[in-house]
Amino acid sequence: MSGIILPGADGRLYQRDRDWHPAADTPGYKSTTFRAPRHSLLSLGPTKSEMAGPTFGHEKFGPLDNDLIRNYSQDGTDAIGQRMVVYGQVLDENARPVPNTLVEYWQANAGGRYRHKKEGYLAALDPNFGGFGRSLTDDNGFYQFRTVKPGAYPWPNRGNDWRPAHIHFSIFGHAFGQRLITQMYFEGDPMIWQCPIVATIPDKAGIDQLTAKLDRHNTTPMDALAYRFDIVLRGRRSTMFENKLEGN
Amino acid sequence: MLHPVPTLKETPSQTAGPYVHIGMTPNFCEITGICEADLGLTMLTPETQGQRITITGRVFDGSGAPVGDAVLEIWQADADGVFVSPPGRGSNSKPAFNGWGRQPTQPDGTYTFETIKPGRVEGPDGKPMAPHVSLWIVARGINIGLQTRLYFEDEAEANATDFVLNKIMDPRRRTTLIARKEAGEVPMYVLDIHLQGDRETVFFDM
Repeated sequence: MSGIILPGADGRLYQRDRDWHPAADTPGYKSTTFRAPRHSLLSLGPTKSEMAGPTFGHEKFGPLDNDLIRNYSQDGTDAIGQRMVVYGQVLDENARPVPNTLVEYWQANAGGRYRHKKEGYLAALDPNFGGFGRSLTDDNGFYQFRTVKPGAYPWPNRGNDWRPAHIHFSIFGHAFGQRLITQMYFEGDPMIWQCPIVATIPDKAGIDQLTAKLDRHNTTPMDALAYRFDIVLRGRRSTMFENKLEGN
Repeated sequence: MLHPVPTLKETPSQTAGPYVHIGMTPNFCEITGICEADLGLTMLTPETQGQRITITGRVFDGSGAPVGDAVLEIWQADADGVFVSPPGRGSNSKPAFNGWGRQPTQPDGTYTFETIKPGRVEGPDGKPMAPHVSLWIVARGINIGLQTRLYFEDEAEANATDFVLNKIMDPRRRTTLIARKEAGEVPMYVLDIHLQGDRETVFFDM
């Protein structure tokens, strides 16, 4: 063993920085009032159960799984809206790529309407837009999908609250303790700064981390914009075994 | 010898929102044709070895109302106490069992998993932990996914020495993690989850 020693794949997950994440009870986002646990979390650190996690890839993934413009098309035409490719790299806190992990995403259509029976917003449904897709990251941790830009929409919280355009993400990593759900926003959107759900994040730098950047060079000419959104999951410590670092 | 490591901040969590079923159980909410079946819906195949069990219960909020818009995921060892991952680092002794399941809650807050009873896994103290299933819960109004565990009522002896259960000082709260058994050909284990209130479930930072 020589040279720079990188953090291991077998070590314990780093403690989650709970001050970087939203608190459970955030009064500005009223749905948390009855759903936030009142007791402190019991801090134990991960055991073997949290340091292992499910693997995917043996299931059938269809060619349109990561194409929200076409994967719900009823009549063979494209979903309506601003065409874009969203892509990025899944990394851990040690800046190591997380390959072969499942990334799922869902969103409203271009008018800000979700395809859900409980959704009451008056914006029209697009018959060719389902709003769901998924990818496995490649060997370097990259994912990408094609979609239309979701619309902003009003929601029942305070009298006139609006969600900024956003896409929901679910990411697995390789350990159940890395499991994460978040939302992606769009660079330059003034709606970000008046959203009570965004405001649950304590640090502005955390909000910036959720803001996808327009990637001018990766746009598809005469077709689609490109936004880059990298995702960071919990990392692992190196482990000492007989005075040698293992798992590197 | 310590070496400096690059450090990035973990991506902050955000709520899964009211329409998490679209993204995680699309067929359940009538978005059909994109994927054949919802991921994690079925954990068992005819080849899976181990005692078949059903895990079920309801999720409630602090006002006692059922939480009908949640998603639960479970993660567990196989019947021999072996996890299927990480890939390439020792394989699961029962390859037909992936150990992971995902279910939506119904409008009345009910969730149900058909799985097998897990074996015992070594704990941080080197002793076997009691058989358990890891649970992860997301929904509207939950800003960061809640981690907890389900233990089994009929494993009282193992539960008494379990590393995690013993970290819960209040014995009354310990019981919030122990599923009640209802005997049958396929035993059913029942555990209600209370996000808040007198019977609030113990949640972990693990």
